[in-house]
Amino acid sequence: MTSLDRFPFDRCASELLVALRVGHVTSEDLVQAALAQIEKYDPHVGAFLAVRGEKALDQAREIDRRRARGEKLGLLAGIPVAVKDNLCMEGEPTTCASRMLANFVPPYDATVVARLKAADAVIIGKTNLDEFAMGGSTETSAFQKTRNPWDLERIPGGSSGGAAACVAARMVPLSVGSDTGGSIRQPAALCGVTGLKPTYGRVSRYGLVAFASSLDQIGPLAQSVEDCALLLEVLAGHDPRDATSINRPVPPYRELVFQRPDAIKIGYVPEMLSDGVSPDVVRTMEETLNVFRSLGAEIREVALPHARYAVATYYIIACSEASSNLARYDGVHYGYRTDEKAMLAELAEERRRLQQEGNLAALDDLDTALVRLYRKTRAEGFGAEVKRRIMLGTYALSAGYYDAYYLKALKVRRLIRQDYDQAFERVDMILGPVTPAPAFRIGEKINDPLAMYLFDLFTVSANLAGIPALAFPAGLSTEGLPIGVQLQGPPLSEERLLQMGYLFQQVTDWHRRRPPLIENDRLLS
Amino acid sequence: MSLTRQEIEKVALLARLILTPEEVEEMTGQLGRVLEYMALLNEVDTEGVEPLAHAVEFANVFREDRVEKSLDREIALANAPHRDDECYLVPAVLGDV
Repeated sequence: MTSLDRFPFDRCASELLVALRVGHVTSEDLVQAALAQIEKYDPHVGAFLAVRGEKALDQAREIDRRRARGEKLGLLAGIPVAVKDNLCMEGEPTTCASRMLANFVPPYDATVVARLKAADAVIIGKTNLDEFAMGGSTETSAFQKTRNPWDLERIPGGSSGGAAACVAARMVPLSVGSDTGGSIRQPAALCGVTGLKPTYGRVSRYGLVAFASSLDQIGPLAQSVEDCALLLEVLAGHDPRDATSINRPVPPYRELVFQRPDAIKIGYVPEMLSDGVSPDVVRTMEETLNVFRSLGAEIREVALPHARYAVATYYIIACSEASSNLARYDGVHYGYRTDEKAMLAELAEERRRLQQEGNLAALDDLDTALVRLYRKTRAEGFGAEVKRRIMLGTYALSAGYYDAYYLKALKVRRLIRQDYDQAFERVDMILGPVTPAPAFRIGEKINDPLAMYLFDLFTVSANLAGIPALAFPAGLSTEGLPIGVQLQGPPLSEERLLQMGYLFQQVTDWHRRRPPLIENDRLLS
Repeated sequence: MSLTRQEIEKVALLARLILTPEEVEEMTGQLGRVLEYMALLNEVDTEGVEPLAHAVEFANVFREDRVEKSLDREIALANAPHRDDECYLVPAVLGDV
């Protein structure tokens, strides 16, 4: 290749690494190309909250110098990578797309960021997300909307909407996201890119701003399965600073991905191809099953009888954990704090008024200054969806409702997990849709939280069960929007999922399709 | 399961939030509908099912009890919205304010 390629990031990271090694391009060229692509398209797409222009270029030049000196370099040496803005990076604002953390500058690196740095990747910037990763459309970001590169009137999915959109628009070859209920796989599917949610514990969560700790998992997004394998190999591994991280060796995914798995049995759930699922998604699923059949896989029907309870179970558990995790935002230690003088004056005024009215009961209940500081800070710092989820979680955990909601959900969670255990006795992996329909229009569901939650029905189960799931593009809708499918496997089956996904991408070219926006610059008007 | 405005106000206090009257109105409807949907779980027989709090059921993880390096005070305080040289500052907690 030459640095004059129109879309250098059409190429796999592994090809770019070869080009770097033999000197056809420099890391500086690649970072320049990424910055140029961002400058051209990001005003329309809005994938990035921060771009480290000069810093990334300096880092790239340093890597080029080290390469010229013949030094040993890391696995991703010189490759531009985007990082979701809920991952801490020392000295770089990490906002979670929330007013609450608008000025937060972490004093440390998340483990995955440290691993990227150790691999000599060039972190190009921080990508937009739904506030605190709570949402499926990236519309709840306090700072900006991200638009789907395939149709700027549509959502990119979420919560890793920026992470998926920047790969789709060929701004970077690799991107790191997080997935609590589908937040990597759903935007990957809606933007036509590949994304993997690893097994819970495969990747350290240290330095990931917590949303729902028993469900959160960090993973790769890229244009191809082989690139996801490469990035996973860098991200994965045991970390003493995350007590839930799995202490098992990391397989060399980037090499194993090319091996053909033998005698694979793939299951699918027929009910998932019926009610309420768009005909485009059903057709894509059927075609994908046929491709796998033609590749020699044995296709079997399986049952996941509790799948229809997954959304209710997930939202009770995720919101409960969120209400607890987000209690730390108190306006004291870091992050936003309400105007203290105004708050104290307001409180004094309320007290005076209640005293005049002789309303002793209300006076008794009046907030202390500290409690009011918390409440005002949180009321002003959090957006509507975050407040809704904190409210739901607080309610589900409150006295009198705990058993009916939270405890009940934990029990159904076990049944959902058992469904998978039983299915995986019959098949090696399960193929399913990622979303019930292609990307919806911006604003379409924002005032209907329940409709937004129900869009997650195919993704949340993997998080509840802790299993890995690989989403990849498998078709286009009649309107020309990407449609993804996902392969789910038992815990720590990433290797096999990646191998099957790679095989699929060897015989199809859905993952190579470019969004019309970048194919045709006239659409930029 | 429908919610009353009073219940919403009570939960807002527990959650250390303050809602505007419009927000109370909106949440009463929205959360009520979500809770109605969650009642779907009532049809699942969970008699004798152990709750699953974590998908990967770990044993506890221990390490040796020895002091390790932690953040310098200055770095730890760097993001504090209100501080002095060595502490976070909050409004007076005791007495009349």
